[in-house]
Amino acid sequence: MAVTTGTNVMNNVEAVRATLYEALKNDPRTLVMGEDVGPRGNVFLITKGFLDEFGPQRVLDTPLAEASIVGIAVGMAMEGLRPIAEIQFSDFIFPAFNQIVGEAAKTRYRSNGDFTCPLVIRTPYGGGVRGSLSHSISVEALFYHVPGLKIVAPSTPADMKGLLNAAIDDPDPVLYLEHKKTYRLIKGEVPDGHYTIPIGKAAVRKEGHQLTVVSYGLNVHQALEAANQLEADEALKVEVIDLRSIRPMDKQTILASVRKTRKLLIIHEDNKFGGIGAEISAMVAEEALFDLDAPIHRLCGPDVPPMGYALPLEEEFMISTERMKQRMREMVKF
Amino acid sequence: MATTITMPQLGESVTEGTVAQWLKRVGDPIEKYESFVEVSTDKVNAEVPSPATGILSRILVNEGETVATGTPIAVIEDVAAAGAPAPSATAPSIAEPAQMADARTPSEQIAAAIPTPAANGAARSAGPQTTTPSGAVISSASAHASPAVRKLAREHNLVIAEIRGTGQNGRVTADDVIAYAKQRGGAPAPAALGAMPYAGEAFHTTQQIGGAPAPVPHGAAAMYANPQFGQTIPLTPARKIIAERMVESKHTAPHAWSMVEVDVTNVWKWRSREKDGFQQQTGYSLTLLPFMLRAVSEAIRQHPLLNARWTPEGIHVNAEINLGIAIGLETNLVVPVIRNADHLSIKGLAIAAGELIEKARRNRLSVDDLQGGTFTVNNVGANGSVASAPIINGGQAGIVTMETVVRKPVVTKDDAIAIRSMMNVCLSLDHRVIDGLIASRFLNALKAGLEAMGPTGSL
Repeated sequence: MAVTTGTNVMNNVEAVRATLYEALKNDPRTLVMGEDVGPRGNVFLITKGFLDEFGPQRVLDTPLAEASIVGIAVGMAMEGLRPIAEIQFSDFIFPAFNQIVGEAAKTRYRSNGDFTCPLVIRTPYGGGVRGSLSHSISVEALFYHVPGLKIVAPSTPADMKGLLNAAIDDPDPVLYLEHKKTYRLIKGEVPDGHYTIPIGKAAVRKEGHQLTVVSYGLNVHQALEAANQLEADEALKVEVIDLRSIRPMDKQTILASVRKTRKLLIIHEDNKFGGIGAEISAMVAEEALFDLDAPIHRLCGPDVPPMGYALPLEEEFMISTERMKQRMREMVKF
Repeated sequence: MATTITMPQLGESVTEGTVAQWLKRVGDPIEKYESFVEVSTDKVNAEVPSPATGILSRILVNEGETVATGTPIAVIEDVAAAGAPAPSATAPSIAEPAQMADARTPSEQIAAAIPTPAANGAARSAGPQTTTPSGAVISSASAHASPAVRKLAREHNLVIAEIRGTGQNGRVTADDVIAYAKQRGGAPAPAALGAMPYAGEAFHTTQQIGGAPAPVPHGAAAMYANPQFGQTIPLTPARKIIAERMVESKHTAPHAWSMVEVDVTNVWKWRSREKDGFQQQTGYSLTLLPFMLRAVSEAIRQHPLLNARWTPEGIHVNAEINLGIAIGLETNLVVPVIRNADHLSIKGLAIAAGELIEKARRNRLSVDDLQGGTFTVNNVGANGSVASAPIINGGQAGIVTMETVVRKPVVTKDDAIAIRSMMNVCLSLDHRVIDGLIASRFLNALKAGLEAMGPTGSL
């Protein structure tokens, strides 16, 4: 079975695949379920070969019925299994909204702690892959509002593994978001063996003292590229924070950085209005207003219903590295 | 005690004023000398300083309304009488009676509130600053400072208005406060002129202008600064005046246009050599503008018709060479004037221009600053332009632009190819007053003057 382990350079898809493989191998409570995870091996080939190795009890092909995928997984989790449910594309998650928000997130509270719901829901999100309106959307803000639900959006292969392990270990439901454009674009070293990265802990990807940029997913890589270019070409020192966990949010890391740089730019591909950036802005305004030397800015996807299919429309929706550079430069010089 | 404030007379022959914008709302505390209303006339926009400390209790004239000078526009209630918590302000130490019944005219009062270089130190101490119970010094100029800047200034007991800003549009940044505090820690307070909050950087003066934060536009001006598609932006008084004057000039004066290319390599070297010393000595940045102003006034002396004005009775050649400098602000355009520009050295021109630019940016230009121009210089190169066809400032014979300095290969006199810093100078002229021949002679004199400057010399 061609799943590599050891300290390896992997892309994000390989990291998810390797982590799932190890989980299935090492923990008999785990199982993967979703549309096309069986013989097809997932549309991105993440679970290719899993059915043969682990059998249909632990690699469940489901009907095209998201409500039942999550609903069944909630029951399994409450009964002691560790289901890793997959929504094939985050665009299709809405039939399961009630099961995620109304059931999974409330299980612990509703049962007064008698039951928890150790469920992982994995789903690819995000655009830039000519996915148009049903294979491009970002769903984090739609679930962000819900207490009881954790949301992670790792950006690097090492984080993909560490946070997926943490999500599987977590006693409560975790929505695990994988930016599909990073799947094969982003490569990196992945440590050997089982390890976790704590949920709720951001990472400072690049240090700087003139501006704090907070982002997650694909945008982190672009922000890093932009910040590195600005440093090389214009000697501007921009700090880049990879949020990694969207909820709970790592307030301490963000605040410490903002108190140092006094300026905050939030970048996300998801629509601006009511997005993750709005919450970060509000938090910083509440906690660090008197450390701010510039208005907080958000560089986000436009508030239009879908990402267009035509390339110019898609490019307009996605935030280019050039636009990031421009905004960073303006804010540093403000 | 209540103080009734009337519409000031902003300049001779001005009989009415429009309330452009209330800078304070009813119930807001006001410090004496703090600007609380912006008044516009057909000549000038001015912020009016408060004659008293208190609470703005009534606004009698709405924004956009025009009333005769002397008409009551607002009432300021004495703090104690208003029953509001006293801000425990210490009286500003000024050498004049701190009384309401000031015998001076309102315009004199305004003029008194505008710092001049000579009276700079005194003017600042007379400015709208006060000591708060915590001992922190604040001033009205800090009104638009960011929270971090305010906090740092409080911690270091600094007046934000005294700090040179290096941020966008001369904004005082948190780093500026820290640097200033460090510098102050080691050295005594800077000399009066050195502390002038002007830090024009680079040679294009219209863009990088230093000093305390510029006033934040409100209402129509704010809409203009942040235009939305599909929106109709109401006309500010300033915009109406600009429109009227542009149309009038373009309709009455037949514009002709000409351009020369000037080699500014040497003058640029000269400027670069003098820049740091000049800044240290005067507190002003040395830009290319004063060199240009010098060359323009010399060329005008050789060709007086450029200093003339068309009248039905005849072409009047103005006695003084008063150069207007066009200054583009976010929401409007002003052209303050340097009087007798030909009497000033390059250094004097640099200081005069620096003062006017700083005043313009802070909306502090007086009527006098804007009157009497005989010829105009417009530094459009700041925006990257390489050629432009400016509209003549009404009643003048011409206007020249300084375009962007471009380094390019040039064939020299001895047929070699050299990389030189070249700048286009464009002239629009009133063809009723001057013909092409004079215009060309003037432009060539201007070109020769600039090219003869530097690479060394005495400013």
